[in-house]
Amino acid sequence: MSGPSTYQPQNGFLKWLEQRLPIGGLIHSSFVAYPTPRNLNYWWTFGGILSMMLALQIVTGVILVMHYTPHVDLAFKSVEGIVRDVNYGWLLRNMHAAGASMFFIAVYIHMLRGLYYGSYKAPREVLWILGVIIYLLMMATGFMGYVLPWGQMSFWGATVITNLFSAIPLVGESIVTWLWGGYSVGNPTLNRFFSLHYLLPFVIAGVVVLHVWALHVTGQNNPAGVEPKTDKDTVPFTPYATIKDAFGMVCFLIFFAWFIFYMPNFLGDAENYVPANPGVTPPHIVPEWYYLPFYAILRSIPSKLGGVIAMFGAIVVLAFLPWLDSAKTRSSRYRPLAKQFFWIFVVVCLLLGYLGAKPPEGGYVLAGRILTFCYFAYFLIVLPILSRIEKPRPVPNSIADDVLAKSGKKVAASIAAALIAGSVLLSGGVQQARAADHAPTPPSQTWSFAGPFGKFDRGALQRGYKVYKEVCASCHSMNLVHFRNLADPGGPGFTTAQAAAVAAEYKVQDGPNDAGEMFERPGRLADKFPAPFPNENAARAANGGALPPDMSLLAKALSYERGFPQVIFDFFTQFQEQGPNMIDAILQGYEDNPPAGVTIPEGAYYNKYFPGHAIKMPKPISDDQVTYDDGSPQTVKQYAHDVATFLMWAAEPHMEARKRLGFQVMVFLVLFAGLLYFTKKKVWANAH
Amino acid sequence: MGAAAFVWPLVSQMNPDASTIAAGAPIEVDLTPIATGQDIKVFWRGKPIYIMNRTKKQIEEARSVPLASLPDPQSDQARVKEGHDNWLVVIGICTHLGCVPLAHEGDYDGFFCPCHGSQYDSSGRIRRGPAPLNLPVPPYSFVSNTKIQIG
Repeated sequence: MSGPSTYQPQNGFLKWLEQRLPIGGLIHSSFVAYPTPRNLNYWWTFGGILSMMLALQIVTGVILVMHYTPHVDLAFKSVEGIVRDVNYGWLLRNMHAAGASMFFIAVYIHMLRGLYYGSYKAPREVLWILGVIIYLLMMATGFMGYVLPWGQMSFWGATVITNLFSAIPLVGESIVTWLWGGYSVGNPTLNRFFSLHYLLPFVIAGVVVLHVWALHVTGQNNPAGVEPKTDKDTVPFTPYATIKDAFGMVCFLIFFAWFIFYMPNFLGDAENYVPANPGVTPPHIVPEWYYLPFYAILRSIPSKLGGVIAMFGAIVVLAFLPWLDSAKTRSSRYRPLAKQFFWIFVVVCLLLGYLGAKPPEGGYVLAGRILTFCYFAYFLIVLPILSRIEKPRPVPNSIADDVLAKSGKKVAASIAAALIAGSVLLSGGVQQARAADHAPTPPSQTWSFAGPFGKFDRGALQRGYKVYKEVCASCHSMNLVHFRNLADPGGPGFTTAQAAAVAAEYKVQDGPNDAGEMFERPGRLADKFPAPFPNENAARAANGGALPPDMSLLAKALSYERGFPQVIFDFFTQFQEQGPNMIDAILQGYEDNPPAGVTIPEGAYYNKYFPGHAIKMPKPISDDQVTYDDGSPQTVKQYAHDVATFLMWAAEPHMEARKRLGFQVMVFLVLFAGLLYFTKKKVWANAH
Repeated sequence: MGAAAFVWPLVSQMNPDASTIAAGAPIEVDLTPIATGQDIKVFWRGKPIYIMNRTKKQIEEARSVPLASLPDPQSDQARVKEGHDNWLVVIGICTHLGCVPLAHEGDYDGFFCPCHGSQYDSSGRIRRGPAPLNLPVPPYSFVSNTKIQIG
């Protein structure tokens, strides 16, 4: 994009086109002949990875919109419709949801790389500021996207974040009403967030073009932080950078695919599988992990307005970085003090992220204040002072000298380690936040569907269905599951005829008929399981004020704290079975006499594993209550295990397909990465 | 001038539309089913409104606190209607970041916000925690002894 192009098209048509629109020359000079410093390490591949993620988010997003309905009554259902009924809908939805997290992981690495190697320093200030703008746009886009599924965390996250603007003096309340388009977060809010969530990625794409343009004017920074002087210092973009970026992208895709196919709910909040309810606040409102450090800063400041200013200030301060740090040496590699403070800063950010997921009480508040101070001190005190007092080590004369001198191949390994450690730490923080108040942790059961090759036990699904039908269904609805699903592949294994027979046993209301009257008819395969109560209030009235939760997503909506080191192992062992463990434990957790010191209010029952111990549901099942035809033991233990299996299937009917495809994709990506690695070695053989 | 005039409709359309404003008209609530010590939650303009029939103990607690010790000083008398001292009507939205506090919870016989731990007393006044202000009292009036109109 800079300077006249040396591109000489051979083909006649391209020659003709080039004289009228020099697009070939533009592409050639930007992505083929463009000189890149030859000492770039793998941290520099994240720019390419981010472009790939943006493209992927836009493609999956545009497709999801074809199936999504932005309305408070339909949004949650339409998202579940995507996951359950649309061909490969589960894949697209997981890609888009996990993709947002991957996007932020990549952008944080990209930003920290810029910070470490001084990529914001002259002449790259505008490049850096454009990056900060992209980051702000990403945060807005991510926030509004999280509202769209209209789950509990969507709704309450939107309420908390939009209320931040009420801190503005005088006009705050009017601004919030204006943002909402109503007197609370509601349908107008959802609609405008949807509109903006669709728009902003294209704005981001536009700013990315400016970002790349600015990059190609100034040229890339590099680990040595010295500008290229001769041709020996650079290599052409293609094939050198192209093949290296491609290898980096495929490695990143492996990491991404791990989430898509094996851990789709690891980074999300279980609470978001409960539809939004303006009357019930979830016990802990936690934003997505990528906002946690800023959320911690917000809560550390005792004044409401001050907290909001500090939170936005924490991002805005980045834009002033080129002038706060005036040191002549770019790369921290040659700045012994700046290097140490950089790593302290990284730790401060991670700890702030951890605190953001914690309830703001006791020692966490104090720790949050200290870390908030450290965060700002790094930019406003440490960097300005260091640039005056630090004595940097000598920088190499040229990039070529740097390449000859350096040994480093450690970067790839450290990226892998940082990727895993960073994401796991942050997601660990999120999981910590889903605390159930002090109930003992449900024991982990053995599930046939756990792990990368897990499959549902058909017998358990069929028995679990029987328990559901004879026991649970008298109070609990299962609105998202249809009779046809019983015959779906990967399900309980009914034949279509058997499923139709099950449906025919139910009476379903239909109509109006020609006379304008509603009538009842036998159920069909296309019908959903009828709910036991006509509406929420009827269900509450019949159950002592408590609402028996819908069971379709119960196995994904229930969760509990796993504790800090454990959650890291969970990432590698693909532990996702909190929901079934919890269901199993609650069904077996009834005790007639609560332990001393625990008082259970009237109309509630003591349950060892239920959060708060007082559950409104009486002990639902006892031994020999449901007859099993296959000789399985008719015990509460077995019933609990079977119904938990069934509910896991009800919540995730395509789990088997997901894991099967996941294995194929993993094998492909690993082989592809290996091929790219050796190709890259070959291409770079003469450049090192 | 012209540009500003053109921008105004683009900005103004974001405000609550006519149907939303119409749906936010006053509502009447019958108080007879609420026994002493109980409360109900009604929705007005999409916001939960707590209507609490306070016990003698709750009223006394609310009135015996020295005003100077409150973060947002306001007397209990100023927050209820004269002659209907047992009825507390407040918007159940935490003044911190908008969660719904739970009634009959917390250390002050009033409300407790589960999000960030704000504690409100039996008059809906903030006593402890990050919230800066008391739970707001919506505009309401007694239509009769057993019926109020909110809005």
